[in-house]
Amino acid sequence: MIEFQAVTKQYPDGTVAVDNLDLAVEDGGITVFVGPSGCGKTTSLRMINRMIDPTGGRILLDGKDIRESDPPLLRRGIGYVIQHAGLFPHRTVLDNVATVPLLTGQSRRAARSRAGELLELVGLPAKLAKRYPAQLSGGQQQRVGVARALAADPPVLLMDEPFSAVDPIVRDDLQQQLLRLQSELDKTIVFVTHDIDEAIKLGDRVAVFRVGGRLAQYDDPSALLARPADDFVSSFVGRDRGYRALGFLDAGGVPVGPVATVRAGEQATADQLDDGWAVAVDAENRPLGWVSAELLSTMDGSVNADRLVSGGSLFEVDSSAGTTAGSLRNALDAALSSPSAVGIAIDGDGAVVGGVTADTVLAALADARRAGEVPA
Amino acid sequence: MNIDWPWPWLPANTDDIAEATGEHLYLALLPVLVGLLVSIPLGWAASRWRVARGILVPLAGVLYTIPSLALITLVPLVLGTQIIDPLNVQVPLAVYTIALLVRSVSDALRAVPSEVTAAATAVGYRPLHRFLTVELPLAVPVIVAGLRVAVVSAMSLTAVGALVGIGGLGQLITEGFLRNNGVELVAAIVLIVVIALIIDALLLLVGRIATPWTRTAKGVNS
Repeated sequence: MIEFQAVTKQYPDGTVAVDNLDLAVEDGGITVFVGPSGCGKTTSLRMINRMIDPTGGRILLDGKDIRESDPPLLRRGIGYVIQHAGLFPHRTVLDNVATVPLLTGQSRRAARSRAGELLELVGLPAKLAKRYPAQLSGGQQQRVGVARALAADPPVLLMDEPFSAVDPIVRDDLQQQLLRLQSELDKTIVFVTHDIDEAIKLGDRVAVFRVGGRLAQYDDPSALLARPADDFVSSFVGRDRGYRALGFLDAGGVPVGPVATVRAGEQATADQLDDGWAVAVDAENRPLGWVSAELLSTMDGSVNADRLVSGGSLFEVDSSAGTTAGSLRNALDAALSSPSAVGIAIDGDGAVVGGVTADTVLAALADARRAGEVPA
Repeated sequence: MNIDWPWPWLPANTDDIAEATGEHLYLALLPVLVGLLVSIPLGWAASRWRVARGILVPLAGVLYTIPSLALITLVPLVLGTQIIDPLNVQVPLAVYTIALLVRSVSDALRAVPSEVTAAATAVGYRPLHRFLTVELPLAVPVIVAGLRVAVVSAMSLTAVGALVGIGGLGQLITEGFLRNNGVELVAAIVLIVVIALIIDALLLLVGRIATPWTRTAKGVNS
């Protein structure tokens, strides 16, 4: 556990970066520090490994005041992932990852073999090991940064806006990977970001900071969306928070109705459509797109996979082991983004199992409210 | 003035030429090495503290503009050395090397990305260890470039030392002039240039071998 007790950081020019912060980061799980620039979130993070020392209060790591630790030794026990990865340009990928094991006195061979395991863990091919950081893409560099931070197997991992410098698709990949790694490793992660969506996506707990280094709210993400503590949090959480809150509600209660399907490459007639639309599926029953009556009439009777109307988002129902069901947000978005107004529900293998409409999603939401499952 | 070209002088004096060459190398390279070792901590100070930079960098610029002969004749006055002491040449050479390299070292260290130094601190390097294994290696390409200029100019400046009676290939030049011996004169000049080029090429090579990461193509994927 990491405890901030009345922690203040004031710079000589009088600027207060962190103002009387009281906060406890529980073991395990991802705690996100989020806020606008100048809110002291990064300063707070950097005080945990003594990159910055507070001017007031104290920080306890597992009950021990961190000021009693020698900073370099303290830091070797705390993983740190920095923005832009901060890899050492003059060392190969493998040696970058082997840095901390080498610092802690492991032999070069042991450190490199450990580094090799970590590259695999973060999903990097072994052939990248001998390359230099400049030869990697931004996303790959950031993965190496994560591998380096994990190399000494520290119980605590600090992440300072690690994914803010990569494009949205790569960022999404990296976020998914972090969640997967965390489910395997169960570290205590403190993650700093200015992006509230990232905070809500990754955080088990979210600490919202306001300018001037004060804690505005410390809660789990669904509570943050449902009950912002004040106007600042409410405006920072942003528009659409009602809609985004649906992301925390399980869609198990949404009835999945039948949906008309036609197989690509096979004969189909207008009778097979339902309300003028059908989902075109491949041999494994996976959705390829939509066919309308109008479109079908131009297809000489057989479903042409190259000329389909592209579909909306897909909504996964919990029909196979090991996969999680979608949220109400997924279900509603599937319906709203579908050209036929019917959202396609798929199972864990990606096969079509039925359809949902916005009406049924909203009805399920109303049921959940009545049952008291939605925080009011 | 007529210059003679007694070619037999060359094979008859190879021992003297070799000795003068060795002396020249010693006179030129030792000060460069000392200058390098001094300029690293000075450059580090200049990269770290604004005040140090404000003093050291302009001072280096001024020192470099002092004519070599003036500096060579100044040394005995300042250090109290004998008039034909090799230090009279070596001290100015070291000063020029420092003047050249302080700025290079300081700029190179300042160019190390802040996230790299922050990451090095965060993974648990102690300051000196971090400097020697992260910041200094990254500064090597710039330092080697400065070193190449310093070595080449030291090779030619050492020849000036002959004017105050210090040995080396410069002595053959002055001697060649006095004796109207064109062979001696040209041989010394050619040797100075060729040796300077060889050392320059060696430094370039060593610099490249020591910095394999600088030759990697940027932005290559997968």
